Amino acid sequence: MSVPPHRTPPRFSATFNPNVIAEIQRAAATGIYDIRGGGAKRALPHFDDLLFLGASISRYPLEGYREKCGTDVTLGTRFARKPIKLKIPVTVAGMSFGSLSGPAKEALGRGASAAGTSTTTGDGGMTPEERGHSSILVYQYLPSRYGMNPDDLRKADAIEIVIGQGAKPGGGGMLLGQKISPRVAKMRTLPEGIDQRSACRHPDWTGPDDLEIKIEELREITDWEKPIYVKVGASRPYYDTALAAKSGADVIVLDGMQGGTAATQDVFIEHVGLPTLAAIRPAVQALQDLGLHRKLQLIVSGGIRTGADVAKALALGADAVSIGTAALIALGDNDPQWEAEYQKLGTTAGAYDDWQEGLDPAGITTQDPVLAARLDPVKAGRRLANYLSVLTLEAQTIARACGKSHLHNLEPEDLVALTIEAAAMAGVPLAGTNWIPGRDK
Amino acid sequence: MPSFDLARAPLRELNAALHALSPTTNETHWIVSNPSGKHAVACGLDAPVTVEIDGHVGYYCAGMNKAATVVISGNAGVGVAENMMSGEVRVKGDASQSAGATGCGGLLVIEGNASARCGISMKGIDIVVKGSIGPMSAFMAQAGNLVVLGDAGDALGDSIYEARLFVRGRVASLGADCIEKPMTEEDRAILAAVLKRAGVEARADDFKLYGSARRLYHFHIDNVDAY
Amino acid sequence: MCGIVGLFLKAPRLERELGALLSEMLVVMSDRGPDSAGFAVYGDRTQGRVKLTISGADEDVLRRAVAELGKAINETPAVTLHDTHAVLSICFDKEKAARAFIEGHDDISFVGAGARMELYKEVGRPEQVTQRFGLPRMAGSHGIGHTRMATESAVTTRGAHPFSTGLDQCLVHNGSLSNHNGVRRMLQREGMRFATENDTEVAAGYLSWRIREGASLKQALTDSLSDLDGFYTFVVGTETGFAVLRDPISCKPAVMAETDDYVAFGSEYRALAGLPGVDKAHIFEPEPATVYAWERR
Repeated sequence: MSVPPHRTPPRFSATFNPNVIAEIQRAAATGIYDIRGGGAKRALPHFDDLLFLGASISRYPLEGYREKCGTDVTLGTRFARKPIKLKIPVTVAGMSFGSLSGPAKEALGRGASAAGTSTTTGDGGMTPEERGHSSILVYQYLPSRYGMNPDDLRKADAIEIVIGQGAKPGGGGMLLGQKISPRVAKMRTLPEGIDQRSACRHPDWTGPDDLEIKIEELREITDWEKPIYVKVGASRPYYDTALAAKSGADVIVLDGMQGGTAATQDVFIEHVGLPTLAAIRPAVQALQDLGLHRKLQLIVSGGIRTGADVAKALALGADAVSIGTAALIALGDNDPQWEAEYQKLGTTAGAYDDWQEGLDPAGITTQDPVLAARLDPVKAGRRLANYLSVLTLEAQTIARACGKSHLHNLEPEDLVALTIEAAAMAGVPLAGTNWIPGRDK
Repeated sequence: MPSFDLARAPLRELNAALHALSPTTNETHWIVSNPSGKHAVACGLDAPVTVEIDGHVGYYCAGMNKAATVVISGNAGVGVAENMMSGEVRVKGDASQSAGATGCGGLLVIEGNASARCGISMKGIDIVVKGSIGPMSAFMAQAGNLVVLGDAGDALGDSIYEARLFVRGRVASLGADCIEKPMTEEDRAILAAVLKRAGVEARADDFKLYGSARRLYHFHIDNVDAY
Repeated sequence: MCGIVGLFLKAPRLERELGALLSEMLVVMSDRGPDSAGFAVYGDRTQGRVKLTISGADEDVLRRAVAELGKAINETPAVTLHDTHAVLSICFDKEKAARAFIEGHDDISFVGAGARMELYKEVGRPEQVTQRFGLPRMAGSHGIGHTRMATESAVTTRGAHPFSTGLDQCLVHNGSLSNHNGVRRMLQREGMRFATENDTEVAAGYLSWRIREGASLKQALTDSLSDLDGFYTFVVGTETGFAVLRDPISCKPAVMAETDDYVAFGSEYRALAGLPGVDKAHIFEPEPATVYAWERR
């Protein structure tokens, strides 16, 4: 049969595009939703849509190499007897031993410690290696309470009560059987190799009135020493921030929808929650309305990649930011050196997100001892420390250009937006105008 | 025998004094009066001492208890002995929701009734309830033994892992993946030992054993209704 | 997110002490709800008359407004002033006119109405609120109270509980409804009116609507199990009744005590600890999705 002349070339539907078609075919074949790791992959209004206004005549910049631009931050100044002092306003977010390998957790501790900042446990308890290699360690208190015990609670430098995370606000975790190794199973008191579902609500409290009582208990157990963080996924940031503050939190961690997860439903990652950019201003407003902005600390996370992102988040009112996915990339996640193996897994370096499978060629999101041994925790820790330095140097570069001697003096008024969306979400004017969409003024 | 009146001194002083005790202290018997429903009374203890609380307590009494014996001569609020590691907590009255939640070890005895979610996410604790327990008890229970002399409410043992649930009375309904199991000699011995430790007179043969059908251990599309 | 208390006397014996007992229960729940507090007390009724509770900035404002109201409805109401609230007693047939006047008045707001119900609520710590209104000196057959930690709606006098949307009907709530916006729209189509964005007002309005449509209180609460979604513990008062309902998951705390003299409700046991004879009471936690109702004739 001959092809007729002037035939239209194949044309894909924007609605039923190749990705959508592949997902329908996958769903029809398996009957289960797609589970993966990482954060939202769709394009979202982001920090890239904001620009800083450098100093010139009306404002004066600081000299890059001589004039100091402070980066330190103290967390937990509200009630804790022993607040945490960090050299840089970038922390490493909670990621569990279980979702990550032992060497990966060790590398996070080494990198964070070298940079003078904190790292965080995850849903699965605290390992001695992690405690040993982290000079400042935040201990997560999660609905599942895997591995929770008072000794580790007292060994921690701060306690983070996790209510939700940006990748899945309102959802519990999942750890598929491949990753429940004997050690992970023992730490979590679970049978080996099962598909583990974590709870989405805490077993012994719900709501701010009960949270207040839970915070009191944790303070009493640790003799009011440790800062108590409350972590929420961004969805109703004004109310959630206000209620966490009213319940007595020292630090509020607000995780936008670009924040990663070890494993959850793709539909959850892509369709629930607020972009980080849109979440910060309402949270800051809540603290300002309560007279608590800068009295308790706000940590923002979810898609922080560069020093510019750090500076923008701080300018919008955060006291610090937290990184997860970026930290894993710094360790060696999605490194092109493993391209041949990514290909075997049906993916490519830069797109690998099947962290739930435990087959990570880079040895990071796995419990396979052979794969895990590929990651040298000393070298990987060094890479993380380097990356944290770059984030800090970049943020300082911007702050100095705006005439600030401390990162915390960045303000929303130092920013403009490139798009109407970003202007509305960040509450800063559209570049070249004094128009903030959605505000009277 | 040190005594502490919570009507006269703040909770913080009581807990600080109890936390300061070393494992070899000879101040091994404490009396606490006027708890008046206060929260977090005697939580985070880690010395082998006995604390008798004369009255009703609020949330999280004896939370995360380790090594200590805490006796409550009254009712306990939400989450009594939550995440207990070891030792013994005894409630002479009733216990509210989530008693013994996520407990990892030790023995919790409730002489009255326990309400909803008793033993939720338990991870190795032994719980003995002389009365009845409320709905959704032993939800996602991972390990340990829950022994109930009275009745159990709806959805007992929903999504249970490897915990054992012994109930002498009626079970209103079983939760997803929880089934009655034949009691082996080993189970009977475990039950008898728990009853003995709790000082509770009951015949192991009068109980039925419930545990996991293990159908939800691996996601399978045919079990999707159970999620 | 809050603390709830309720006290229903089965016999007249303790009626003079109702306010004092309820006040003590409410103050104990201050930590659960430090933003605002409120309570309803079911006191005496006068044949042919209705009590209207209104609020205003202060006693002067209230006095002036009541004088204007008297002219407007052509009847001088009997008034008792309680700080920012006033309870007016007027003829039943003047109720509609009085309500219209109040709603059109800038300085005062309508709080509740009933043959027996008086309703008081205000922003502030619960111990201050009960003292300002003089709750310890009030008498009645039953009362319910609330201490509020606001979740999504504003901390205002109007946003405080209890909410009343029908004569002698009021409701307090601990929890958070997840479908109240849709239910509010449905009720608005049915002619119900709402003064706030508060989820609890929707629950109160829902029950009033069911009762208006002929349901008993018990039936209305049973219906709410299928129509209201989310987490809730409700305590409801009517002219002669008292009811409790928890959602099917029942995460929010609830404890009850029953003796020959009374039925009492508290978010925590300590709210009940001061009641006479509570050590011998039947103490229980209400079962999920189960309506508990008491009635006194």
